[in-house]
Amino acid sequence: MARTVIPFGPQHPVLPEPIMLDLVVEDEKVVEAIPKIGFVHRGLEKLVEKKDFHEFVFVAERVCGICSFIHGQTYCQAVEQIMGVAVPPRAHYLRTIWGELSRLHSHLLWLGLLADGFGFESLFMHSWRVREKVLNIIEATTGGRVIFGTCKVGGVRRDIDTAAMQSLLAQLAVIEKDMREIVDVFLEDNSVKRRLCGVGVLAKDDAYQLGCVGPMARASGLTQDMRQLGYAAFGELTFQPITRPEGDSFARCAVRCGELFQSVDLIRQAAARLPTGEIEVKVTGNPNGEFAARTEQPRGEVVYYVKANGTKNLQRFRVRTPTFANIPALVKLLPGCDLADVPILVLTIDPCISCTER
Amino acid sequence: MAYFRMTQMALKWAISKPATNPYPFAPRVIIPGSRGLLTFNKDTCVYCSVCRKKCPTGAIGVNRHQKKWAIDRLRCISCGYCVEACPKDSLALSTSHGSPAVTKDREIYQGEMPAPKAPAAAPAPVPAG
Repeated sequence: MARTVIPFGPQHPVLPEPIMLDLVVEDEKVVEAIPKIGFVHRGLEKLVEKKDFHEFVFVAERVCGICSFIHGQTYCQAVEQIMGVAVPPRAHYLRTIWGELSRLHSHLLWLGLLADGFGFESLFMHSWRVREKVLNIIEATTGGRVIFGTCKVGGVRRDIDTAAMQSLLAQLAVIEKDMREIVDVFLEDNSVKRRLCGVGVLAKDDAYQLGCVGPMARASGLTQDMRQLGYAAFGELTFQPITRPEGDSFARCAVRCGELFQSVDLIRQAAARLPTGEIEVKVTGNPNGEFAARTEQPRGEVVYYVKANGTKNLQRFRVRTPTFANIPALVKLLPGCDLADVPILVLTIDPCISCTER
Repeated sequence: MAYFRMTQMALKWAISKPATNPYPFAPRVIIPGSRGLLTFNKDTCVYCSVCRKKCPTGAIGVNRHQKKWAIDRLRCISCGYCVEACPKDSLALSTSHGSPAVTKDREIYQGEMPAPKAPAAAPAPVPAG
C-alpha cells in the first residue's frame, strides 16, 4: 500500500491554536505522526532579563490565556520559596478558589471544543453558555475575565468579602445544576459514547513511561494529581484524584467531567474554611537562589524553574507545560487510528499550544 | 446507553429566552469591579513618575517639568499596577471599556502650570548729576 503524507494543521478547524502533525497514512489508517511545534513562540522566558521579578507576574499570567491564574500562582510560589516569604493563609485560600474557578472554565471550554470536534454543535454552545457564567464570577471577583491579574509575589491583590462570597456560592449552585445537564449528555448519550468509547486507548504503563500528566494520565488509571502536594490551601481540603481505568477518549472526557464537580466541591470547602486576616505581606529585597515549583493546571502538571542572582531581574526562567508532556502520548496514540479519529485524539490531550511554545 | 439525552435540554431552550445579550441593541451588562479603562485625574497628580516606572508595558509617559501625563491606549493592559502604586490616588480603573483606540497617538493630559514669576522690579533710575 502506498503511503501518503497529509499535513494536519497548523491551521485546522478543530485546532484553536497552531500545531502541525505530518500524518503518514496508508489508505485511511495513520501509520506515523510527526509533530512540529514552534508556530507561536513569543520568547516570554527571555523577558525575565527585562522585567523585574514583581512585574514578571503579569508576563507569567500571559503564558496561557486559559490557565492564566495558575501560571501566575506557580511563578509567585517559586519566587516566594526563594525569598522565604510566608504568604498569609487567606491569600492561600483565595488562590485556591481562583485556581479552581480557572479549572472550571478551562474544562467547560474543552468540553465545548470536544463537542464541536465531533459535530455536536448544540452541546458545544451549551457548554460555553455555562462557561460564560463562570467567567462572570471571575470578572466580579478579580476584575478580569480571562487574565485575572490578582496574584502577586507575597499574596493576592483583591479580597473576596462575605457578600461577594455568598453571591459566588449562589451562582455556583446554578452553574452546578447546569453542568449536571450537560455532563449527563456527555456521559450517557449514545451518539457521544459511540464516537468516543474505544478510540485512542492509552494503557496505564504507556501513560507512565511516556510521562503523561493531568487528566490524560488519570484517564489511564494513574493516580497523579499535583494538588495532593498540598500547595496553596489544598493540604487542608479533602479530595481524591478522579481516575478511570479505560484509557480511551471517553475516559478522558469522563475524568474532566468529574473534575468539574470536584472543583465546585473544593471551592465550597475553601469558602467554608476561609480564614480572616491579611491578604498580602510586604516583600522587600531581591531573590537569590533557585526553585522548581509544581502545580496542577487544568491540563496537568506544570513545572516552573526560577533562578535568581540577587538582582531585581531573574537570571533564568523555564516552564515545562502539561501539553508538552502529553505530546509524546499523542504521537503514540495516532499510529493505527483512522484518519477521521485524528481530530478527536488531538483534542483529548487538551492541546494548549501558546503554553507549550511560550 | 441512552438515546435523546439532549432532547430535553433542547426543548427547554427552544421555549426559553436566548442566553446571549443582543449587544449593541441592548446595553452591555456592567459587572462592578471589572478592570476597564484607566482614568487620570490631573488635579491631584504630582507628576512623580511612579506610574511610568511601574507600568509593565511602558504605556505611560510623564514629564514632570512640563506637567504632562500621557498614555498609549493600545499598550495599556488595564492591569492596575499603576493604580496600586499611585501615591496620590490620581489613577483609577473604570468599568467602561472606553472608545476603541484606532491610532497610535498618545492621549496627553496637560496639568496646570504655575503662573510665571513676575519679573523683578527694575531698579529706580539713578538721577543724573
